[in-house]
Amino acid sequence: MKFKGKAFKYGDNVNTDEIIPARYLNSSDPEWLAAHCMEDIDADFVKAKKKGDIIAARKNFGCGSSREHAPIAIKAAGISCVIADTFARIFYRNAINIGLPIIECPKAAADIEAGDAVEVDLAKGSIKNQRSGHTFKFEPMPPFAQEIIAAGGLMKYVMNKMKKEAKK
Amino acid sequence: MGMTITEKILAEHCGQKEVRPGQLINARLDLCLANDITAPIAIDEFEKAGAAKVFDREKIALVPDHFTPNKDIKSAEQAAQLRRFARKHQIKYYFEVGEMGVEHALLPEQGIVLPGDCIIGADSHTCTYGALGAFSTGVGSTDVAAGMITGEAWFKVPEQMKFNYKGKLSKWVGGKDLILFTIGKIGVDGALYRTMNFTGPVIQSLPMEDRLALCNMAIEAGGKNGIIEPDEITEEYVHLRARHAYKFFKSDTDAKYVESYDWNVTNMEPQVAFPHLPSNVHPVSKASDITIDQVFIGSCTNGRLSDLRLAASILKGNSVAKFVRCIVIPATQLVYRQAMEEGLIAIFLDAGCAVCTPTCGPCLGGHMGILAAGERCVATSNRNFVGRMGHVKSEIYLANAAVAAASAITGRITHPEEVAK
Ligand code: SF4
Repeated sequence: MKFKGKAFKYGDNVNTDEIIPARYLNSSDPEWLAAHCMEDIDADFVKAKKKGDIIAARKNFGCGSSREHAPIAIKAAGISCVIADTFARIFYRNAINIGLPIIECPKAAADIEAGDAVEVDLAKGSIKNQRSGHTFKFEPMPPFAQEIIAAGGLMKYVMNKMKKEAKK
Repeated sequence: MGMTITEKILAEHCGQKEVRPGQLINARLDLCLANDITAPIAIDEFEKAGAAKVFDREKIALVPDHFTPNKDIKSAEQAAQLRRFARKHQIKYYFEVGEMGVEHALLPEQGIVLPGDCIIGADSHTCTYGALGAFSTGVGSTDVAAGMITGEAWFKVPEQMKFNYKGKLSKWVGGKDLILFTIGKIGVDGALYRTMNFTGPVIQSLPMEDRLALCNMAIEAGGKNGIIEPDEITEEYVHLRARHAYKFFKSDTDAKYVESYDWNVTNMEPQVAFPHLPSNVHPVSKASDITIDQVFIGSCTNGRLSDLRLAASILKGNSVAKFVRCIVIPATQLVYRQAMEEGLIAIFLDAGCAVCTPTCGPCLGGHMGILAAGERCVATSNRNFVGRMGHVKSEIYLANAAVAAASAITGRITHPEEVAK
Protein backbone atom coordinates (compact mmCIF):
# COMPACT_ATOMS: atom_id res chain seq x y z
CA MET A 1 0.00 0.00 0.00
CA LYS A 2 1.21 3.49 -0.88
CA PHE A 3 -0.08 6.80 0.45
CA LYS A 4 0.61 10.42 -0.30
CA GLY A 5 -0.85 13.28 1.68
CA LYS A 6 -0.44 16.41 3.69
CA ALA A 7 0.66 16.05 7.29
CA PHE A 8 -1.07 17.16 10.46
CA LYS A 9 1.42 17.36 13.30
CA TYR A 10 0.89 16.82 17.03
CA GLY A 11 3.13 16.30 20.09
CA ASP A 12 3.52 13.69 22.84
CA ASN A 13 0.70 11.75 24.54
CA VAL A 14 -2.17 12.61 22.20
CA ASN A 15 -4.96 10.85 24.11
CA THR A 16 -8.17 9.22 23.03
CA ASP A 17 -10.26 11.96 24.69
CA GLU A 18 -8.60 14.38 22.28
CA ILE A 19 -8.98 12.10 19.27
CA ILE A 20 -12.69 11.65 19.98
CA PRO A 21 -14.19 13.25 23.11
CA ALA A 22 -16.44 11.03 25.23
CA ARG A 23 -19.39 13.38 24.72
CA TYR A 24 -19.66 11.97 21.18
CA LEU A 25 -19.50 8.31 22.22
CA ASN A 26 -23.26 8.03 22.45
CA SER A 27 -22.98 6.78 18.87
CA SER A 28 -20.47 4.58 17.07
CA ASP A 29 -21.43 5.75 13.57
CA PRO A 30 -18.08 6.34 11.78
CA GLU A 31 -19.35 9.47 9.98
CA TRP A 32 -20.47 11.02 13.27
CA LEU A 33 -17.14 10.18 14.91
CA ALA A 34 -15.16 11.53 11.93
CA ALA A 35 -17.07 14.81 12.13
CA HIS A 36 -15.68 15.36 15.65
CA CYS A 37 -12.23 13.83 15.20
CA MET A 38 -9.40 15.74 16.99
CA GLU A 39 -11.89 18.46 17.95
CA ASP A 40 -10.45 19.24 21.39
CA ILE A 41 -6.82 19.39 20.27
CA ASP A 42 -7.23 20.92 16.80
CA ALA A 43 -10.54 22.62 16.06
CA ASP A 44 -9.55 23.14 12.38
CA PHE A 45 -8.71 19.51 11.68
CA VAL A 46 -12.11 18.40 10.45
CA LYS A 47 -12.40 21.30 8.00
CA ALA A 48 -8.81 21.18 6.79
CA LYS A 49 -8.27 17.43 6.29
CA LYS A 50 -8.45 15.85 2.87
CA LYS A 51 -8.73 12.21 1.94
CA GLY A 52 -5.33 10.53 2.13
CA ASP A 53 -3.76 13.01 4.55
CA ILE A 54 -1.57 11.65 7.31
CA ILE A 55 -1.16 12.36 11.01
CA ALA A 56 2.30 12.60 12.52
CA ALA A 57 2.85 12.77 16.29
CA ARG A 58 5.48 11.96 18.87
CA LYS A 59 5.48 9.59 21.88
CA ASN A 60 2.57 7.46 23.14
CA PHE A 61 -0.06 8.39 20.53
CA GLY A 62 -3.54 7.19 21.46
CA CYS A 63 -3.03 6.83 25.19
CA GLY A 64 -6.01 6.71 27.52
CA SER A 65 -9.22 4.85 26.95
CA SER A 66 -9.72 1.64 25.00
CA ARG A 67 -12.33 3.22 22.76
CA GLU A 68 -12.06 1.78 19.28
CA HIS A 69 -13.96 4.92 18.27
CA ALA A 70 -10.56 6.67 18.20
CA PRO A 71 -8.93 4.77 15.29
CA ILE A 72 -12.37 4.48 13.66
CA ALA A 73 -12.77 8.29 13.76
CA ILE A 74 -9.32 8.77 12.23
CA LYS A 75 -9.91 6.18 9.52
CA ALA A 76 -13.38 7.51 8.71
CA ALA A 77 -11.94 11.03 8.51
CA GLY A 78 -9.97 9.77 5.50
CA ILE A 79 -6.55 9.72 7.16
CA SER A 80 -4.39 7.18 5.35
CA CYS A 81 -1.94 6.44 8.18
CA VAL A 82 -0.55 7.66 11.48
CA ILE A 83 3.19 8.01 12.05
CA ALA A 84 4.50 8.40 15.61
CA ASP A 85 7.52 7.66 17.81
CA THR A 86 5.41 5.15 19.77
CA PHE A 87 1.76 4.21 20.21
CA ALA A 88 -0.16 3.36 23.36
CA ARG A 89 -0.78 -0.39 23.32
CA ILE A 90 -4.57 -0.57 23.15
CA PHE A 91 -4.63 2.00 20.34
CA TYR A 92 -1.96 -0.02 18.50
CA ARG A 93 -3.99 -3.18 18.87
CA ASN A 94 -7.23 -1.50 17.82
CA ALA A 95 -5.63 0.05 14.75
CA ILE A 96 -4.45 -3.40 13.61
CA ASN A 97 -7.83 -4.93 14.36
CA ILE A 98 -9.76 -2.37 12.30
CA GLY A 99 -7.12 -2.00 9.58
CA LEU A 100 -5.76 1.53 10.12
CA PRO A 101 -2.08 1.56 9.10
CA ILE A 102 0.16 2.92 11.85
CA ILE A 103 3.91 3.32 11.75
CA GLU A 104 6.43 3.62 14.56
CA CYS A 105 9.26 5.72 13.20
CA PRO A 106 10.70 8.31 15.64
CA LYS A 107 13.02 9.90 13.06
CA ALA A 108 10.25 10.56 10.55
CA ALA A 109 7.92 11.70 13.32
CA ALA A 110 10.53 14.25 14.39
CA ASP A 111 11.22 15.45 10.85
CA ILE A 112 7.65 15.92 9.65
CA GLU A 113 6.13 19.34 10.22
CA ALA A 114 2.54 20.50 9.81
CA GLY A 115 1.66 20.87 6.13
CA ASP A 116 4.53 18.73 4.77
CA ALA A 117 3.75 16.54 1.80
CA VAL A 118 4.61 12.99 2.82
CA GLU A 119 4.80 9.74 0.85
CA VAL A 120 4.53 6.37 2.55
CA ASP A 121 5.22 2.93 1.09
CA LEU A 122 3.97 0.35 3.57
CA ALA A 123 5.33 -2.70 1.77
CA LYS A 124 8.81 -1.24 1.30
CA GLY A 125 8.80 0.31 4.77
CA SER A 126 9.73 3.80 3.66
CA ILE A 127 8.56 7.34 4.37
CA LYS A 128 9.57 10.30 2.24
CA ASN A 129 9.17 13.91 3.34
CA GLN A 130 9.10 16.05 0.18
CA ARG A 131 9.86 19.30 2.03
CA SER A 132 12.97 18.10 3.86
CA GLY A 133 13.94 15.68 1.11
CA HIS A 134 14.65 13.01 3.75
CA THR A 135 13.66 9.37 3.38
CA PHE A 136 13.16 7.12 6.40
CA LYS A 137 13.04 3.35 6.76
CA PHE A 138 10.78 1.69 9.27
CA GLU A 139 10.37 -1.82 10.63
CA PRO A 140 7.37 -3.54 9.11
CA MET A 141 4.68 -4.64 11.57
CA PRO A 142 5.16 -8.05 13.20
CA PRO A 143 4.13 -10.91 10.84
CA PHE A 144 1.16 -11.78 13.03
CA ALA A 145 -0.20 -8.24 12.74
CA GLN A 146 0.41 -8.25 8.99
CA GLU A 147 -1.60 -11.47 8.70
CA ILE A 148 -4.52 -9.79 10.43
CA ILE A 149 -4.33 -6.73 8.20
CA ALA A 150 -3.98 -8.89 5.08
CA ALA A 151 -7.11 -10.80 6.10
CA GLY A 152 -8.96 -7.49 6.29
CA GLY A 153 -9.04 -7.11 10.07
CA LEU A 154 -9.30 -9.32 13.14
CA MET A 155 -12.86 -10.52 12.58
CA LYS A 156 -12.16 -11.83 9.09
CA TYR A 157 -8.94 -13.40 10.34
CA VAL A 158 -10.78 -15.18 13.15
CA MET A 159 -13.63 -16.36 10.92
CA ASN A 160 -11.17 -17.72 8.33
CA LYS A 161 -9.33 -19.59 11.04
CA MET A 162 -12.54 -21.07 12.43
CA LYS A 163 -13.61 -22.23 8.98
CA LYS A 164 -10.25 -23.93 8.48
CA GLU A 165 -10.49 -25.67 11.83
CA ALA A 166 -14.04 -26.82 11.13
CA LYS A 167 -12.81 -28.55 7.97
CA LYS A 168 -10.08 -30.48 9.79
CA MET B 1 14.57 -19.68 34.67
CA GLY B 2 11.68 -18.50 36.81
CA MET B 3 8.47 -16.85 35.71
CA THR B 4 6.40 -14.01 37.10
CA ILE B 5 2.77 -14.41 38.09
CA THR B 6 1.65 -12.89 34.77
CA GLU B 7 3.82 -15.27 32.76
CA LYS B 8 2.48 -18.23 34.73
CA ILE B 9 -1.16 -17.26 34.22
CA LEU B 10 -0.61 -16.73 30.50
CA ALA B 11 1.28 -20.03 30.18
CA GLU B 12 -1.55 -21.90 31.85
CA HIS B 13 -4.12 -20.25 29.60
CA CYS B 14 -2.31 -21.09 26.37
CA GLY B 15 -1.53 -24.64 27.44
CA GLN B 16 2.24 -24.27 27.61
CA LYS B 17 4.73 -25.02 30.36
CA GLU B 18 6.37 -21.66 30.02
CA VAL B 19 6.10 -18.41 28.09
CA ARG B 20 8.64 -15.64 27.63
CA PRO B 21 8.28 -11.90 26.95
CA GLY B 22 7.83 -11.13 23.27
CA GLN B 23 6.19 -14.48 22.52
CA LEU B 24 2.85 -14.33 20.71
CA ILE B 25 0.23 -16.57 22.21
CA ASN B 26 -3.45 -17.38 21.94
CA ALA B 27 -4.89 -17.52 25.42
CA ARG B 28 -8.12 -19.03 26.68
CA LEU B 29 -10.35 -16.41 28.33
CA ASP B 30 -12.21 -16.65 31.62
CA LEU B 31 -14.15 -13.45 30.96
CA CYS B 32 -14.88 -10.94 28.19
CA LEU B 33 -16.22 -7.59 29.35
CA ALA B 34 -17.80 -4.65 27.53
CA ASN B 35 -19.88 -1.62 28.50
CA ASP B 36 -22.57 0.56 26.92
CA ILE B 37 -19.98 2.50 24.90
CA THR B 38 -17.78 -0.34 23.70
CA ALA B 39 -20.27 -3.23 23.42
CA PRO B 40 -22.27 -1.77 20.51
CA ILE B 41 -19.23 -1.95 18.19
CA ALA B 42 -18.41 -5.44 19.49
CA ILE B 43 -21.99 -6.60 18.87
CA ASP B 44 -21.99 -5.10 15.35
CA GLU B 45 -18.74 -6.93 14.59
CA PHE B 46 -20.06 -10.14 16.12
CA GLU B 47 -23.16 -9.99 13.96
CA LYS B 48 -21.35 -8.86 10.81
CA ALA B 49 -19.10 -11.91 11.14
CA GLY B 50 -22.23 -14.05 11.03
CA ALA B 51 -21.57 -15.64 14.40
CA ALA B 52 -24.58 -17.54 15.71
CA LYS B 53 -23.69 -17.89 19.36
CA VAL B 54 -21.29 -16.81 22.06
CA PHE B 55 -18.57 -19.22 23.21
CA ASP B 56 -19.92 -19.35 26.77
CA ARG B 57 -22.83 -17.33 28.14
CA GLU B 58 -21.32 -17.51 31.63
CA LYS B 59 -18.01 -15.95 30.61
CA ILE B 60 -19.26 -12.65 29.26
CA ALA B 61 -20.07 -9.55 31.28
CA LEU B 62 -22.03 -6.65 29.81
CA VAL B 63 -22.29 -3.62 32.07
CA PRO B 64 -24.17 -0.51 30.93
CA ASP B 65 -22.46 1.95 33.28
CA HIS B 66 -21.13 4.91 31.30
CA PHE B 67 -24.14 6.93 30.07
CA THR B 68 -26.71 5.22 32.29
CA PRO B 69 -29.38 5.79 33.49
CA ASN B 70 -29.46 6.98 29.89
CA LYS B 71 -28.73 10.65 29.41
CA ASP B 72 -30.15 11.05 25.91
CA ILE B 73 -31.80 9.17 23.06
CA LYS B 74 -28.57 8.11 21.38
CA SER B 75 -27.19 6.56 24.55
CA ALA B 76 -30.54 4.89 25.20
CA GLU B 77 -30.27 3.26 21.76
CA GLN B 78 -26.82 1.94 22.64
CA ALA B 79 -28.01 0.49 25.94
CA ALA B 80 -31.00 -1.04 24.17
CA GLN B 81 -28.68 -2.80 21.73
CA LEU B 82 -26.73 -4.25 24.67
CA ARG B 83 -29.92 -5.39 26.36
CA ARG B 84 -31.23 -7.08 23.20
CA PHE B 85 -27.96 -8.93 22.71
CA ALA B 86 -27.77 -9.97 26.37
CA ARG B 87 -31.33 -11.29 26.25
CA LYS B 88 -30.88 -13.12 22.95
CA HIS B 89 -27.71 -14.88 24.09
CA GLN B 90 -28.81 -15.27 27.72
CA ILE B 91 -25.68 -13.52 28.96
CA LYS B 92 -25.33 -14.41 32.62
CA TYR B 93 -23.53 -11.30 33.79
CA TYR B 94 -25.68 -8.59 32.32
CA PHE B 95 -26.49 -5.90 34.88
CA GLU B 96 -29.53 -3.72 34.40
CA VAL B 97 -29.80 -0.20 35.82
CA GLY B 98 -30.76 -0.83 39.43
CA GLU B 99 -28.24 -3.63 39.88
CA MET B 100 -25.51 -2.11 37.75
CA GLY B 101 -22.39 -0.41 39.09
CA VAL B 102 -19.17 0.90 37.61
CA GLU B 103 -17.81 -2.24 35.95
CA HIS B 104 -14.39 -2.40 37.62
CA ALA B 105 -15.90 -1.96 41.06
CA LEU B 106 -18.80 -4.30 40.31
CA LEU B 107 -17.02 -7.38 38.92
CA PRO B 108 -14.54 -7.84 41.81
CA GLU B 109 -17.28 -7.11 44.35
CA GLN B 110 -19.57 -9.73 42.79
CA GLY B 111 -16.84 -12.39 42.66
CA ILE B 112 -16.97 -12.59 38.85
CA VAL B 113 -13.26 -11.86 38.39
CA LEU B 114 -10.94 -13.97 40.53
CA PRO B 115 -7.30 -14.88 41.18
CA GLY B 116 -5.61 -16.71 38.31
CA ASP B 117 -8.22 -15.62 35.71
CA CYS B 118 -7.33 -14.39 32.24
CA ILE B 119 -9.63 -11.49 31.34
CA ILE B 120 -10.08 -9.02 28.52
CA GLY B 121 -12.36 -6.02 28.65
CA ALA B 122 -13.23 -3.37 26.12
CA ASP B 123 -12.34 -0.75 28.67
CA SER B 124 -8.84 0.40 29.48
CA HIS B 125 -9.27 0.09 33.25
CA THR B 126 -9.84 -3.66 32.98
CA CYS B 127 -6.31 -3.81 34.44
CA THR B 128 -7.96 -3.23 37.86
CA TYR B 129 -8.41 -6.97 38.51
CA GLY B 130 -4.65 -7.49 38.74
CA ALA B 131 -5.25 -6.53 42.37
CA LEU B 132 -6.76 -9.98 42.83
CA GLY B 133 -3.84 -11.77 41.19
CA ALA B 134 -5.55 -12.11 37.80
CA PHE B 135 -4.18 -11.28 34.37
CA SER B 136 -6.55 -8.67 32.98
CA THR B 137 -6.07 -6.09 30.30
CA GLY B 138 -7.99 -3.54 28.28
CA VAL B 139 -8.59 -4.16 24.59
CA GLY B 140 -10.83 -2.76 21.88
CA SER B 141 -14.34 -3.74 20.87
CA THR B 142 -13.22 -5.92 17.96
CA ASP B 143 -11.04 -7.97 20.30
CA VAL B 144 -14.08 -8.52 22.50
CA ALA B 145 -16.17 -9.51 19.47
CA ALA B 146 -13.56 -12.13 18.55
CA GLY B 147 -13.30 -13.20 22.20
CA MET B 148 -17.06 -13.67 22.49
CA ILE B 149 -16.96 -15.99 19.48
CA THR B 150 -13.79 -17.98 20.11
CA GLY B 151 -13.19 -17.66 23.86
CA GLU B 152 -9.62 -16.71 23.04
CA ALA B 153 -7.47 -13.63 22.51
CA TRP B 154 -4.01 -13.05 21.09
CA PHE B 155 -1.37 -11.52 23.33
CA LYS B 156 2.26 -10.65 23.15
CA VAL B 157 3.71 -11.76 26.47
CA PRO B 158 4.72 -8.47 28.10
CA GLU B 159 8.09 -7.61 29.57
CA GLN B 160 8.06 -7.46 33.34
CA MET B 161 8.72 -4.46 35.59
CA LYS B 162 8.91 -4.54 39.37
CA PHE B 163 7.88 -1.83 41.81
CA ASN B 164 8.88 -2.46 45.39
CA TYR B 165 7.45 -0.24 48.14
CA LYS B 166 9.00 -0.15 51.61
CA GLY B 167 8.34 1.89 54.73
CA LYS B 168 5.13 2.96 56.41
CA LEU B 169 2.21 4.80 54.86
CA SER B 170 1.06 7.97 56.61
CA LYS B 171 -2.48 8.32 57.84
CA TRP B 172 -4.08 9.92 54.76
CA VAL B 173 -2.11 7.99 52.18
CA GLY B 174 -3.28 4.85 50.34
CA GLY B 175 -3.34 2.95 47.07
CA LYS B 176 -4.27 6.02 45.02
CA ASP B 177 -1.29 7.95 46.31
CA LEU B 178 1.10 5.06 45.63
CA ILE B 179 0.03 4.84 42.00
CA LEU B 180 0.02 8.62 41.46
CA PHE B 181 3.51 8.76 42.97
CA THR B 182 4.64 5.93 40.68
CA ILE B 183 3.20 7.50 37.51
CA GLY B 184 4.78 10.79 38.56
CA LYS B 185 8.15 9.03 38.65
CA ILE B 186 8.00 6.98 35.45
CA GLY B 187 5.63 9.05 33.25
CA VAL B 188 2.50 8.20 31.28
CA ASP B 189 4.42 5.82 29.00
CA GLY B 190 6.88 4.58 31.61
CA ALA B 191 5.42 1.07 31.56
CA LEU B 192 4.31 0.99 27.90
CA TYR B 193 3.36 -2.57 26.82
CA ARG B 194 4.71 -3.96 30.09
CA THR B 195 3.48 -5.61 33.28
CA MET B 196 3.73 -3.60 36.49
CA ASN B 197 4.40 -5.99 39.38
CA PHE B 198 3.56 -4.21 42.65
CA THR B 199 5.43 -5.79 45.55
CA GLY B 200 7.04 -5.22 48.92
CA PRO B 201 5.96 -4.87 52.53
CA VAL B 202 3.69 -1.87 51.86
CA ILE B 203 1.72 -3.83 49.28
CA GLN B 204 1.57 -6.93 51.47
CA SER B 205 -0.32 -4.99 54.13
CA LEU B 206 -2.40 -2.89 51.73
CA PRO B 207 -6.19 -3.48 52.02
CA MET B 208 -7.92 -4.94 48.95
CA GLU B 209 -9.79 -1.77 47.99
CA ASP B 210 -6.51 0.16 47.94
CA ARG B 211 -4.97 -2.58 45.81
CA LEU B 212 -7.84 -2.22 43.34
CA ALA B 213 -7.27 1.56 43.15
CA LEU B 214 -3.55 0.97 42.63
CA CYS B 215 -3.90 -1.56 39.80
CA ASN B 216 -6.73 0.48 38.25
CA MET B 217 -4.26 3.13 37.13
CA ALA B 218 -1.54 0.85 35.66
CA ILE B 219 -2.90 1.89 32.25
CA GLU B 220 -2.13 5.52 33.12
CA ALA B 221 1.55 4.56 32.97
CA GLY B 222 0.93 2.76 29.67
CA GLY B 223 1.03 -0.69 31.31
CA LYS B 224 -0.54 -3.75 29.76
CA ASN B 225 -1.43 -5.01 33.21
CA GLY B 226 -0.66 -4.29 36.85
CA ILE B 227 -0.63 -7.18 39.28
CA ILE B 228 -0.27 -8.08 42.93
CA GLU B 229 0.48 -11.57 44.23
CA PRO B 230 -2.54 -13.01 45.99
CA ASP B 231 -2.20 -13.60 49.74
CA GLU B 232 -4.36 -13.81 52.89
CA ILE B 233 -5.88 -10.40 52.18
CA THR B 234 -6.91 -11.68 48.74
CA GLU B 235 -8.26 -14.92 50.16
CA GLU B 236 -10.32 -13.05 52.71
CA TYR B 237 -11.78 -10.84 49.98
CA VAL B 238 -12.63 -13.56 47.46
CA HIS B 239 -13.57 -16.68 49.36
CA LEU B 240 -17.15 -15.74 50.18
CA ARG B 241 -17.96 -14.03 46.91
CA ALA B 242 -16.26 -16.29 44.34
CA ARG B 243 -18.62 -17.48 41.60
CA HIS B 244 -16.14 -19.95 40.09
CA ALA B 245 -13.00 -21.81 41.09
CA TYR B 246 -9.85 -19.73 41.47
CA LYS B 247 -6.16 -20.34 41.76
CA PHE B 248 -3.28 -18.45 43.35
CA PHE B 249 -0.16 -17.97 41.24
CA LYS B 250 3.08 -16.54 42.65
CA SER B 251 6.15 -15.16 40.96
CA ASP B 252 9.32 -17.24 41.23
CA THR B 253 12.16 -15.61 43.12
CA ASP B 254 14.36 -15.90 40.03
CA ALA B 255 11.80 -14.37 37.64
CA LYS B 256 13.26 -11.80 35.28
CA TYR B 257 12.45 -8.07 35.26
CA VAL B 258 13.59 -5.56 32.65
CA GLU B 259 13.42 -2.79 35.23
CA SER B 260 13.00 -2.59 39.01
CA TYR B 261 12.26 0.30 41.31
CA ASP B 262 12.68 0.43 45.06
CA TRP B 263 10.97 3.19 46.98
CA ASN B 264 10.71 4.03 50.64
CA VAL B 265 7.33 5.71 51.03
CA THR B 266 7.57 6.64 54.72
CA ASN B 267 6.38 10.24 55.21
CA MET B 268 4.89 10.38 51.73
CA GLU B 269 2.15 13.03 51.56
CA PRO B 270 -1.14 12.53 49.74
CA GLN B 271 -0.42 13.03 46.04
CA VAL B 272 -2.24 15.24 43.55
CA ALA B 273 -1.99 15.00 39.75
CA PHE B 274 -2.28 18.48 38.24
CA PRO B 275 -3.76 19.10 34.78
CA HIS B 276 -3.50 17.69 32.15
CA LEU B 277 -1.65 14.43 32.68
CA PRO B 278 -1.81 11.82 35.45
CA SER B 279 2.00 12.07 35.63
CA ASN B 280 1.97 15.75 36.61
CA VAL B 281 2.09 14.77 40.27
CA HIS B 282 2.82 16.97 43.31
CA PRO B 283 2.44 16.49 47.08
CA VAL B 284 -0.83 17.99 48.33
CA SER B 285 0.97 20.69 50.31
CA LYS B 286 2.18 22.20 47.03
CA ALA B 287 -1.42 22.63 45.87
CA SER B 288 -2.95 24.46 48.82
CA ASP B 289 -3.59 27.76 47.05
CA ILE B 290 -5.54 26.23 44.17
CA THR B 291 -9.23 27.13 44.44
CA ILE B 292 -11.85 24.75 43.09
CA ASP B 293 -15.45 24.72 41.84
CA GLN B 294 -16.35 21.06 42.04
CA VAL B 295 -15.41 17.86 43.82
CA PHE B 296 -16.20 14.42 42.43
CA ILE B 297 -15.95 11.40 44.73
CA GLY B 298 -16.61 8.20 42.80
CA SER B 299 -15.43 6.17 39.76
CA CYS B 300 -13.77 2.77 39.35
CA THR B 301 -10.67 4.13 41.08
CA ASN B 302 -12.11 5.51 44.31
CA GLY B 303 -15.86 5.00 44.52
CA ARG B 304 -15.76 2.02 46.89
CA LEU B 305 -16.98 1.77 50.47
CA SER B 306 -13.58 2.51 52.02
CA ASP B 307 -13.38 5.70 49.94
CA LEU B 308 -16.83 6.83 51.04
CA ARG B 309 -15.96 6.04 54.66
CA LEU B 310 -12.83 8.12 54.37
CA ALA B 311 -14.68 11.04 52.76
CA ALA B 312 -17.48 10.85 55.32
CA SER B 313 -15.02 10.84 58.23
CA ILE B 314 -13.83 14.22 57.01
CA LEU B 315 -17.16 15.71 55.93
CA LYS B 316 -18.92 14.71 59.16
CA GLY B 317 -20.14 17.85 60.91
CA ASN B 318 -18.73 20.07 58.16
CA SER B 319 -20.32 21.76 55.15
CA VAL B 320 -19.30 21.99 51.55
CA ALA B 321 -17.95 25.50 50.87
CA LYS B 322 -20.31 28.09 49.39
CA PHE B 323 -20.25 28.05 45.56
CA VAL B 324 -18.61 24.60 45.49
CA ARG B 325 -20.43 21.45 44.33
CA CYS B 326 -19.52 18.11 45.86
CA ILE B 327 -20.87 15.14 43.91
CA VAL B 328 -20.65 11.71 45.51
CA ILE B 329 -21.36 8.63 43.39
CA PRO B 330 -21.14 5.24 45.10
CA ALA B 331 -19.58 2.89 42.54
CA THR B 332 -22.11 0.06 42.95
CA GLN B 333 -25.56 -0.61 44.37
CA LEU B 334 -23.99 -2.59 47.22
CA VAL B 335 -21.64 0.27 48.08
CA TYR B 336 -24.65 2.61 47.97
CA ARG B 337 -26.65 0.39 50.31
CA GLN B 338 -23.78 -0.16 52.74
CA ALA B 339 -23.03 3.56 52.79
CA MET B 340 -26.67 4.18 53.62
CA GLU B 341 -26.75 1.57 56.37
CA GLU B 342 -23.58 2.98 57.91
CA GLY B 343 -25.01 6.50 57.88
CA LEU B 344 -22.48 7.81 55.36
CA ILE B 345 -25.12 9.04 52.93
CA ALA B 346 -26.73 11.07 55.71
CA ILE B 347 -23.35 12.65 56.47
CA PHE B 348 -22.94 13.60 52.79
CA LEU B 349 -26.43 15.05 52.59
CA ASP B 350 -25.97 16.99 55.83
CA ALA B 351 -22.75 18.45 54.46
CA GLY B 352 -24.51 19.59 51.29
CA CYS B 353 -23.26 16.96 48.83
CA ALA B 354 -25.23 15.65 45.89
CA VAL B 355 -25.41 11.84 46.01
CA CYS B 356 -26.27 9.97 42.81
CA THR B 357 -27.07 6.44 41.67
CA PRO B 358 -24.05 4.40 40.47
CA THR B 359 -22.70 5.48 37.06
CA CYS B 360 -19.40 6.55 35.49
CA GLY B 361 -21.08 9.90 34.87
CA PRO B 362 -18.73 12.84 35.27
CA CYS B 363 -15.54 10.73 35.22
CA LEU B 364 -15.54 10.71 31.44
CA GLY B 365 -17.51 13.92 30.99
CA GLY B 366 -20.64 11.90 30.29
CA HIS B 367 -23.25 13.46 32.54
CA MET B 368 -24.05 14.26 36.21
CA GLY B 369 -21.38 16.90 36.73
CA ILE B 370 -19.85 18.38 33.57
CA LEU B 371 -17.42 21.29 33.97
CA ALA B 372 -17.79 24.75 32.40
CA ALA B 373 -14.92 26.77 30.89
CA GLY B 374 -12.45 27.87 33.52
CA GLU B 375 -13.77 25.56 36.24
CA ARG B 376 -11.56 23.38 38.41
CA CYS B 377 -12.45 20.02 39.87
CA VAL B 378 -10.80 17.72 42.37
CA ALA B 379 -11.71 14.20 41.29
CA THR B 380 -11.01 10.79 42.78
CA SER B 381 -11.06 9.29 39.27
CA ASN B 382 -8.07 8.42 37.12
CA ARG B 383 -7.72 10.81 34.16
CA ASN B 384 -7.24 14.55 33.94
CA PHE B 385 -6.80 14.94 30.19
CA VAL B 386 -7.89 18.14 28.44
CA GLY B 387 -11.69 18.18 28.26
CA ARG B 388 -12.08 14.84 30.05
CA MET B 389 -14.83 16.14 32.35
CA GLY B 390 -16.25 18.88 30.19
CA HIS B 391 -15.03 22.10 28.58
CA VAL B 392 -11.51 22.04 27.12
CA LYS B 393 -10.71 25.02 29.33
CA SER B 394 -11.66 23.21 32.55
CA GLU B 395 -9.08 21.60 34.84
CA ILE B 396 -9.00 18.32 36.77
CA TYR B 397 -6.86 17.53 39.81
CA LEU B 398 -6.70 13.84 40.72
CA ALA B 399 -6.48 12.88 44.38
CA ASN B 400 -7.67 10.37 46.97
CA ALA B 401 -11.10 10.60 48.63
CA ALA B 402 -9.76 12.25 51.80
CA VAL B 403 -8.13 15.08 49.88
CA ALA B 404 -11.27 15.46 47.77
CA ALA B 405 -13.52 15.70 50.84
CA ALA B 406 -11.20 18.14 52.63
CA SER B 407 -11.07 20.31 49.50
CA ALA B 408 -14.87 20.38 49.29
CA ILE B 409 -14.99 21.93 52.76
CA THR B 410 -12.43 24.68 52.17
CA GLY B 411 -12.99 25.34 48.47
CA ARG B 412 -9.31 24.87 47.69
CA ILE B 413 -7.06 21.83 47.46
CA THR B 414 -6.53 20.82 51.06
CA HIS B 415 -4.51 18.34 53.09
CA PRO B 416 -7.00 16.22 55.04
CA GLU B 417 -5.22 16.82 58.35
CA GLU B 418 -6.09 20.52 58.06
CA VAL B 419 -9.81 19.85 58.51
CA ALA B 420 -9.91 16.45 60.25
CA LYS B 421 -11.12 16.60 63.81
S1 SF4 C 1 -15.44 5.31 36.19
FE1 SF4 C 1 -14.35 6.44 34.61
S2 SF4 C 1 -12.46 5.35 34.25
FE2 SF4 C 1 -13.83 3.98 35.38
S3 SF4 C 1 -14.85 2.76 33.80
FE3 SF4 C 1 -16.13 4.54 34.22
S4 SF4 C 1 -15.49 6.10 32.73
FE4 SF4 C 1 -13.92 4.53 32.78
